[in-house]
Amino acid sequence: MSTQILMPALSPTMTEGKLARWLKQVGDDVRAGDVIAEIETDKATMEVEAVDEGKLARILIDEGTEGVPVNTPIAVLAADGEGVGDVEAPQKEAPAPPKVAAEAEDHTAVADRAAERRAPAAEAAPAPEKDWGPTKSITVREALRDAMALEMRRDPNVFLMGEEVAQYQGAYKISQGLLEEFGARRVIDTPITEHGFTGMAVGAALTGLRPIVEFMTFNFSMQAIDQIINSAAKTLYMSGGQMGCPIVFRGPNGAASRVAAQHSQCYASWYSHVPGLKVVAPWSAADAKGLLRSAIRDPNPVIVLENEILYGQHFECPTDEDFIVPIGRAKVEREGEHVTIVAFSIMVGVAMQAAEALAEQGISAEVINLRSLRPFDAATIVESVKKTNRVVSVEEGWPFAGIGAEVAMQIVENCFDWLDAPPVRVHGVDVPLPYAANLEKLALPQPEWVVDAVRKIV
Amino acid sequence: MKNTIPLQLHVPEPPARPGQAPDFSWLQIPEAGSVPRPDTATEPQEMRPLAYTLIRVLDEAGAAVGPWNPRLDPETLRRGLRTMMLTRAYDERMFRAQRQGKTSFYMRCTGEEAIGVAQAMALDDRDMIFPTYRQQSILIARGWPLVDMMNQVFSNTQDRLKGRQMPIMYSSKQASFFSIAGNLATQFPQAVGWAMASAIKHDDRIAAGFIGEGATAEGDFHHALTFASVYGAPVILNIVNNQYAISSFQGIAGGEHSTFAARALGYGLPALRVDGNDFLAVYAATRWAADRARSNRGATVIEHFSYRATAHSTSDDPSKYRPAEEAALWPLGDPITRLRAHLTALGEWSDERQAQLSTEVDNEVQQAQREAESYGTLGTGEHHSPATMFDDVFKEMPWHLRRQRQELGF
Repeated sequence: MSTQILMPALSPTMTEGKLARWLKQVGDDVRAGDVIAEIETDKATMEVEAVDEGKLARILIDEGTEGVPVNTPIAVLAADGEGVGDVEAPQKEAPAPPKVAAEAEDHTAVADRAAERRAPAAEAAPAPEKDWGPTKSITVREALRDAMALEMRRDPNVFLMGEEVAQYQGAYKISQGLLEEFGARRVIDTPITEHGFTGMAVGAALTGLRPIVEFMTFNFSMQAIDQIINSAAKTLYMSGGQMGCPIVFRGPNGAASRVAAQHSQCYASWYSHVPGLKVVAPWSAADAKGLLRSAIRDPNPVIVLENEILYGQHFECPTDEDFIVPIGRAKVEREGEHVTIVAFSIMVGVAMQAAEALAEQGISAEVINLRSLRPFDAATIVESVKKTNRVVSVEEGWPFAGIGAEVAMQIVENCFDWLDAPPVRVHGVDVPLPYAANLEKLALPQPEWVVDAVRKIV
Repeated sequence: MKNTIPLQLHVPEPPARPGQAPDFSWLQIPEAGSVPRPDTATEPQEMRPLAYTLIRVLDEAGAAVGPWNPRLDPETLRRGLRTMMLTRAYDERMFRAQRQGKTSFYMRCTGEEAIGVAQAMALDDRDMIFPTYRQQSILIARGWPLVDMMNQVFSNTQDRLKGRQMPIMYSSKQASFFSIAGNLATQFPQAVGWAMASAIKHDDRIAAGFIGEGATAEGDFHHALTFASVYGAPVILNIVNNQYAISSFQGIAGGEHSTFAARALGYGLPALRVDGNDFLAVYAATRWAADRARSNRGATVIEHFSYRATAHSTSDDPSKYRPAEEAALWPLGDPITRLRAHLTALGEWSDERQAQLSTEVDNEVQQAQREAESYGTLGTGEHHSPATMFDDVFKEMPWHLRRQRQELGF
């Protein structure tokens, strides 16, 4: 059987080249590895080597021809015993597109699906959350510590690493008592390199251990972002499902007080952008405890965006030993009728204050605490907007390509016809956060900003 | 006070450019067998000279000499030779397949086969490898099927990585071979982290990480050494110095004023600098480092001094940036030729057996290629169903990905 020799690509970016010279002529015997021609690109001259054996039956592209597209047949090789004259030149036609193993069944099926697509696509609202019974007032700090301690008792593969997490018990005292209880083998102080210990955690996760990595603040995680995104988030996919990274990356995110631009950034939209990462942003102590427990048990890398100002705040939290909050479920913190306010992390508190003020003005606002940013609970928001017909999103970070942009787009995609006014965003001002107290206050969303935004559309 | 002379920037220059005669006068090559072999319990600071020399076992006559001679039996030596030759035959075949458009990209390890093969043979198959893109010989030494490797290169229906990785970016959990990363050096801290976890779990497996001399300039390299030193991680940190990072000679990576092995000394880690084209030297150094790691003495850095005999990848032309004859004249020779000479000197090999083995490995590769191509190549045959594109982003598929898949019609 004859074999076509195709114009080779010297690099993935090469689309065409010049066939500079034939080194074999029609009728010559060709052995695998023989150089049969030379081709030129703007980068280099390369030799074309034969892969198969046989006799050169036809030359289809003359030497000196420029602009020969890659994969064009340039010659035909006759197999041993086959006469040179027996070989036909291939018909000139576009190569058939690569087949796929499973073709789309038929056009009707595709059309049906297209119809489905136009229908509201957010998942149906899930069953109401479990009632966990009695609660107790604890701080977010205690909630996070308890979540780690409970999970470390439950699973010997869980361990904590980061700067100052052991001896000093955490830069913000989140790991209080953990070294004492679990020892230096499971609560590990690291050298000061976020990129370094994130790389260690990825390696450790491959062994079946479940690292919790504490970033002193998420601002410092930028140094580690290559390990987080290129390794932690993509390894399961790129290894064909063989090797995953069950890791929790946690620490305070966003602005604290008087720590300026390099310590005050919100990374919500950065991490939420990436397939392969889950992202949660707790507000209350119950969110913090329940979501961190879910994050530690999750087989995927999970980013837990905490907030330094919330660490010391008290909230009611269920006392049940098994209390947990599933990832991917938003929570209606306050029911209302006239407008939906969507917020996450510390901005849920701002939204609640705004709702209180609005109530005094006769406006009933529903407040949704997103809790999870990825997966995103569009269903809960859509359900609310269908009732209130108006929505305001509140976030501390910058507006451009932020979480508010995603909230608005989800609503437009899923319940546009229910809207009585355009979605409105409340967000931090679009500048690096200043240090000075007066400027800082002017740069971060305040309850009055939310009230004003609501009043514009109600 | 003002400087009296204008300041000048120093940009390292390679010893020879294309068109010039290769210049190896900068190379200092100690006699085979001349470097002492300390006990693995020796303190790192007492072994500092080992970072500046070259551990060599095979002499010019093909004899194995000196304290680093691992005294391998002929059967093991023949297995080493065969694996190196199989790797080279595989590389040649895949390189040509790229030229034929059957894959978009390929990278050979020609001249560096001893590093992967000897290291793999000196380790336990359960030890975890964190490779770069030029350690295909380790998978081959571990008996991983060539067909499976080719399936990945051809991105065909049998590609276990489901068409998600560039060619040659192999990944095999079963062979304890971590997914090769396209971004350089990330595997180095991961190797250390894996080893730390092995120690946390009181397991018995060690890790081996690989990095090129060029990528030692990445921060990851230094993070890895810091952690390896701080926590005494049971890991071998291999630097493959093949003289070139694509076109940049090793001076650009910082090899002009010191050795890459010597990077370890500042971290208090022991370092061995080894003739990477000497199968026995690589084997012996690996064993030494593995013994240290297994006895809780911590990490060892090994610089394998070698030469990248072919292009960086199928996308570059080395004649544009180095003298064409440099590879052939490399003073440390070719690892296959040298091990063959050793076996011959032992009376355990002949030209006939060499020719026979050469045909055997060529046939093995050809047969594998025939099978792999029957499952398709880059441009031909069937490919993975788009339905699989949404798998493995998360452990369980979230609803929005299921919806996207359905929208595509699958």
